[in-house]
Amino acid sequence: MLCASGRLLAARTATSLPAPPRGRGPALRCPRRELHFPGNPDPPSWDCLAGRLTRASASPHRRVILRRGRMPPAVGRGLAGSELRLRRSRCGPRAAGRDVAIQAAARSPKRPAPGSWRFEVAGRRAMLALVTLLSFATRFHRLDQPRHICWDETHFGKMGSYYINRTFFFDVHPPLGKVSSVMLIGLAGYLSGYDGTFLFQKPGDKYEHHSYMGMRGFCAFLGSWLVPFAFLIVLDLSNSLPAALLTAALLTFDTGCLTLSQYILLDPILMFFIMAAMLSMVKYRSCANRPFSAPWWSWLSLTGISLACALGVKFVGLFIILQVGLNTIADLWHLFGDLSLSLVTVGKHLMARVLCLIILPLVLYMAIFAVHIMVLNKSGPGDGFFSSAFQARLSGNNLHNASIPEHLAYGSVITVKNLRMAIGYLHSHRHLYPEGIGARQQQVTTYLHKDYNNLWIIKKHNTNSADPLDPSFPVEFVRHGDIIRLEHKETSRNLHSHYHEAPLTRKHYQVTGYGTNGTGDSNDFWRIEVVNRKFGNRIKVLRSRIRLIHLVTGCVLGSSGKVLPKWGWEQLEVTCTPYLKQTLNSIWNVEDHINPKLPNISLDVLQPSFPEILLESHMVMIRGNNGLKPKDNDFTSKPWHWPINYQGLRFSGANDTDFRVYLLGNPVVWWLNLVSIALYLLLGSIIVVAMQRGAQLPTKVEGLTRVLLQGGGQVLLGWMLHYFPFFLMGRILYFHHYFPAMLFSSMLTGILWDTLLRLCAWGPASSSLARAVHAVGILSLLLGAAYSFYLFHPLAYGMVGPLAQDPRSPMAGLRWLESWEF
Amino acid sequence: MLEVLKRPVVVTTNINLNIVALTGVGLLSRLWHLSYPRAVVFDEVYYGQYISFYMNRVFFLDDSGPPFGHMLLALGGYLGGFDGNFLWNRIGAEYTSNVPVWALRLLPALAGALSVPMAYQIVVELRFSHCTAMGAALLLLIENALVTQSRLMLLESPLIFFNLLAVLSYLKFFNCQKHRPFSLPWWFWLMLTGVACACAVGIKYMGIFTYLLVLGVAAVHAWHLIGDQTLSNVLVLYHLLARAVALLVTPVTLYLLFFYIHLTLLCRSGPHDQIMSSAFQASLEGGLARITQGQPLEVAFGSQVTLRNIFGKPLPCWLHSHQNTYPIIYENGRGSSHQQQVTCYPFKDVNNWWVVKDPGRHQLVVSNPPRPVRHGDVVQLVHGMTTRFLNTHDVAAPLSSHAQEVSCYVDYNISVPAQNLWRLDIVNRQSDRDTWKTILSAVRFVHLNTSAVLKLSGAHLPDWGFRQLEVVGEKLSRGHHESMAWNVEEHRYGTSQEQRDRELELHAPTQVDVSRNLSFMARFSELQWRMLTLRGEDAEHKYSSTPLEWVTLDTSIAYWLHPRTSAQIHLVGNIVIWASASLATATYVLLFLWYLLRRRRDVHDLPEDVWLHWVLAGTLCTGGWALNYLPFFLMEKTLFLYHYLPALAFQLLLLPLVLQHVYDHLCRSRVQRHLFSTLVVAWYSVACHVSNKLRPLTYGDSSLTPGELLALRWRDSWDILIRKS
Repeated sequence: MLCASGRLLAARTATSLPAPPRGRGPALRCPRRELHFPGNPDPPSWDCLAGRLTRASASPHRRVILRRGRMPPAVGRGLAGSELRLRRSRCGPRAAGRDVAIQAAARSPKRPAPGSWRFEVAGRRAMLALVTLLSFATRFHRLDQPRHICWDETHFGKMGSYYINRTFFFDVHPPLGKVSSVMLIGLAGYLSGYDGTFLFQKPGDKYEHHSYMGMRGFCAFLGSWLVPFAFLIVLDLSNSLPAALLTAALLTFDTGCLTLSQYILLDPILMFFIMAAMLSMVKYRSCANRPFSAPWWSWLSLTGISLACALGVKFVGLFIILQVGLNTIADLWHLFGDLSLSLVTVGKHLMARVLCLIILPLVLYMAIFAVHIMVLNKSGPGDGFFSSAFQARLSGNNLHNASIPEHLAYGSVITVKNLRMAIGYLHSHRHLYPEGIGARQQQVTTYLHKDYNNLWIIKKHNTNSADPLDPSFPVEFVRHGDIIRLEHKETSRNLHSHYHEAPLTRKHYQVTGYGTNGTGDSNDFWRIEVVNRKFGNRIKVLRSRIRLIHLVTGCVLGSSGKVLPKWGWEQLEVTCTPYLKQTLNSIWNVEDHINPKLPNISLDVLQPSFPEILLESHMVMIRGNNGLKPKDNDFTSKPWHWPINYQGLRFSGANDTDFRVYLLGNPVVWWLNLVSIALYLLLGSIIVVAMQRGAQLPTKVEGLTRVLLQGGGQVLLGWMLHYFPFFLMGRILYFHHYFPAMLFSSMLTGILWDTLLRLCAWGPASSSLARAVHAVGILSLLLGAAYSFYLFHPLAYGMVGPLAQDPRSPMAGLRWLESWEF
Repeated sequence: MLEVLKRPVVVTTNINLNIVALTGVGLLSRLWHLSYPRAVVFDEVYYGQYISFYMNRVFFLDDSGPPFGHMLLALGGYLGGFDGNFLWNRIGAEYTSNVPVWALRLLPALAGALSVPMAYQIVVELRFSHCTAMGAALLLLIENALVTQSRLMLLESPLIFFNLLAVLSYLKFFNCQKHRPFSLPWWFWLMLTGVACACAVGIKYMGIFTYLLVLGVAAVHAWHLIGDQTLSNVLVLYHLLARAVALLVTPVTLYLLFFYIHLTLLCRSGPHDQIMSSAFQASLEGGLARITQGQPLEVAFGSQVTLRNIFGKPLPCWLHSHQNTYPIIYENGRGSSHQQQVTCYPFKDVNNWWVVKDPGRHQLVVSNPPRPVRHGDVVQLVHGMTTRFLNTHDVAAPLSSHAQEVSCYVDYNISVPAQNLWRLDIVNRQSDRDTWKTILSAVRFVHLNTSAVLKLSGAHLPDWGFRQLEVVGEKLSRGHHESMAWNVEEHRYGTSQEQRDRELELHAPTQVDVSRNLSFMARFSELQWRMLTLRGEDAEHKYSSTPLEWVTLDTSIAYWLHPRTSAQIHLVGNIVIWASASLATATYVLLFLWYLLRRRRDVHDLPEDVWLHWVLAGTLCTGGWALNYLPFFLMEKTLFLYHYLPALAFQLLLLPLVLQHVYDHLCRSRVQRHLFSTLVVAWYSVACHVSNKLRPLTYGDSSLTPGELLALRWRDSWDILIRKS
């Protein structure tokens, strides 16, 4: 009750006095405290009163708003409007929810009528519709062009086909992106007959009769939502329609976002979920005044779902998770410090967040993964990356329902697989180590794919017992601690090591294939040991973890995991390591086992549990990601190139007769974004220092600075989280990695310029002049973005004809940087 | 005047005997039998060679850290009169008599010894009791790993010394701040903070973590200062400026100064020259300077040049060609043009010479006056020995099949025309009329027909190419890369049209001393860049370890073994201290969180000033530990146990603080306090006992029997060496 009256007091002072009291009184604190009480029913009397207030002053200003149309001042919204919004349990913008009185006080003398909120909402909806429409129109325009594979479509399209054919494959990204495109492909398959038969071999291949529009359409559909999402986020953060419009315009008219949304790529899907997560987080935070209400719950769980999906598309989704996490911690910290809340309530808050932001996404993510694993149940090109146990799940793989002899015997033909993930099988081939690299003997490597050259025959060290098929030899099992020889089946050379340095890891010894027809020397002897077993035990296929110890030098056979140069066919190095530390690199298991003298037993190979599968696939993905290292002498895109739009990516075509699409940000938009970040940092630090010095800001400015610091800070954090981690990454980077950060940076630009123009206009001028300055400023920015889009649109929609270096080209004047190539 | 004389001259001093005593025992523990063993111990083999380089003033490049640490060690050698004549080739080699072992090991030992009283002072400045401070110092004193590390020619103990000095002087400064800002001690300690930070960074890049810690704390304090509205704006500005000068400008200046001294000292060419650019090499005595001295500066039409690739990876090399041609069919079945090979060759060779020719004229000599080649000019490059033209065409290169093959054109009359015109593009030009300068200009050769750029691909050719490096024509549109830039290294004006005479030509028309053209900043930035980007082989080492193994002391390093007995030096920590230090850190973090949450709910367990001291102490000690430890998880280089020691030093400071806090605030009753004190004393005696047990491994002075050594092997992963006899 007290609160309500307090609020009224504020409202009255606001309406009656042009110069309102400064924001420290009880009247100002009160609403905020009240807002934290869950389920505190609003007093009915207040409702009426508010309604009366609204009606009383509605009529004279309604027309003003109507005429002014889109641009009501951000902070000076109608008081009753915000009150009513609270009443109707709509989740109003946070700024409105928190300090209503300050806002009320901060209105300009000629504020819009309190009743105008309805028109304002209508105006916002209309704008939202317009923005959405424009976004869809630009994204779907000429979507079918070019009629051939562009850039990475070759990968992702191919993976889509794998899904349709249910073939197992390996990729460095989590599977959701492809799952969802496959869902679409399934749909499109019914409608337009894509059957997964198109090969997606290389960029430039014509689609011909294959239906590809379904897939592109799906990506464009998701990509189109980015603009309305950004619009809503900015609207919510800044509570200013012009700022939201500016952001939407920047994104709609950015050629880069447009191009990226038009093809079968993961990025539109990823960005969709990032923005969805951001939007629902912002929405749920603005519902903070009504915790545990239905919208609060739904936005909270939507945040969780979007997070899981974002992570499921690409690991870049981690950054948005980080952002939501930081926000949640700040939120909880805030709630925890609110002494009016009981610990039980705080505990409820905590549990709700744990449930919606941790458990729900985790379950969802694992569910996506389970689908992925279940769909892909056929053996395919990705098998060798995974452990033997993992492969046993794949139908068509020789380990699926394996029926092989259980114990290793002399004379068996085997393949030996390294236990470390993504190292592969012990392998040899007829090529020799090149001159100058150890002894010039046959190479021994590890190889990820199944191949005849992975086969080895296990023999006794002293007898060259010839034919294992010869029935006169009794079957003799290999036991732990035996001295053996491994003969390469195809070339009849023995696995051999000696005191020469290994090709890459200089401190290890070289491993070679040596001898002719199985006759070598004493350097071919290896002691076979099972990890953690006693002497004399038999060795089990698949299950025993074995080590091979070189008898003469005492070193252990292992793979360093390093990629050999061209002469080694880029297979992985095998060495004999003198350091006896037990690492997975030097532990092996026997995978295939052929011995006609032994009965084949149906082996129930260690069926991995779901968590094991999950863990293993992720380890392999991470290793795969780390493996994408750039070479020294190649030009690679560096993170600092990106914000300055230094160089684009060629999506299609290079010559003047080709249909060329070039992924490049609209330079006007991008450079504006760049300037805005600098400006924001400058302005932000001035304000923060001024506040720390205790400067007394005028109330209106205070409202603006709050938007700038809180709303702007939120998106700035997003930009930093989506940009700076790339500086630490060792893998190959591409220009398109910047686009999630670019979305945030555009939002910052929207908020900054709107606030800045208001601040500028606020100073000396009368309010009508101030409004005019603001309107002209925003309009010129909007028109500038649109005009630059008109100039640069051929980049996205495709162009044919002479290259831009050529003065005859229509794009001739637009090659502002030498590094652009269109 | 007379007034002065009337009074007696009185000097009153306060001597804290604690500090004196601690310094004494610190020196004793670190300096005792310092020159034993008279043999190369572990990483001395590595630092020793740099000391020798300093003594001989030979240029070297070490990517492990900035030069201040190396210079510090070399200073010891200089004071001891070391002549640099010792071959540092293996651990365990006996020092010859000309090596002043004691002097060489003195500075690290002093640094280690002085860290002990410094720990005492830090704890006192943190406003904890003298007893606690003694505890911290004594822990530092008896910690075996710290003793071992500071008694040898290694850089960890100076690093720890400067880390602690930075923290100490910041604390002193901070305590001055309240009462006497801008006084003499205030300035002194503030400047000393900056200097100590610079020294720490100058010893090892790791020092940057402590620097960041101090900067962070200083920034927070400065932020409070800004918020202090009792100060005028001008005063706040003065405060901020003083901090900026001391903590930002001074360290940067000092860092540059280290490099300046380093480059001034090392003026002779040496084994690492090849890694540096031609211009850098030319600035060193001997080496390239001897060759390039007096060669003409501006390249003219008719000049004979050698062209060195600027990127120089994987190997520094020169553009090269020879009689042999590309094989008609490669191993993978692709075909070539079968023209003469063009490669990049890492050795000086007569086949590296090229003549710059004007396409419009026939002569291969420099006209009089010489016509300099300018940016944008079209040139042909003629191979000196075979007189063939550098050529590229739309044929896939042997290894990098996406790029064009570069060859020296051989006319087979099979409708493959010569395409041998190249446009000169000076990358580092000042204006578009710049001339092509020897050594200084980085140029690209842009092919006129295909706009491909001459580039070192980095791949090694197979046997038919004699394992030389592949050179290709890469489309410029793929972006600029340093491997496309070349510079002229050796240069002379050609005067003879006849090929036979060409190699005998000797000319020196203009005298230009190139070395003067390279400023210190240019040399510094090049050296610093090379140090940061030089990728050493990530050698696996027998004693390398992972950061996780450090906290639990699951690893150790054998430093040295006596050639006959089993006396040995072994880097291994005092396991009791390590365990309790980790425990203390965990306790601190938990307690801190607990208090923080309680304070948030308005429950104040601690008085405000105690809380502030608790936070400051924790920030510095736990923060110092975390900053010096956690980043190692992200590093990909080979790591050793000794990388943990700077973090450990901070942890040891924290341990007594936590104990005192428990005693003061958690032990409620007198009985509890007595009990707790007894426990602490018992714990400390155990630590001393352990320390004493491990002493033979620390000092390496007494030979233990295999049985005793086995008894010391408290963890299976400790590789204590046991001599079989």
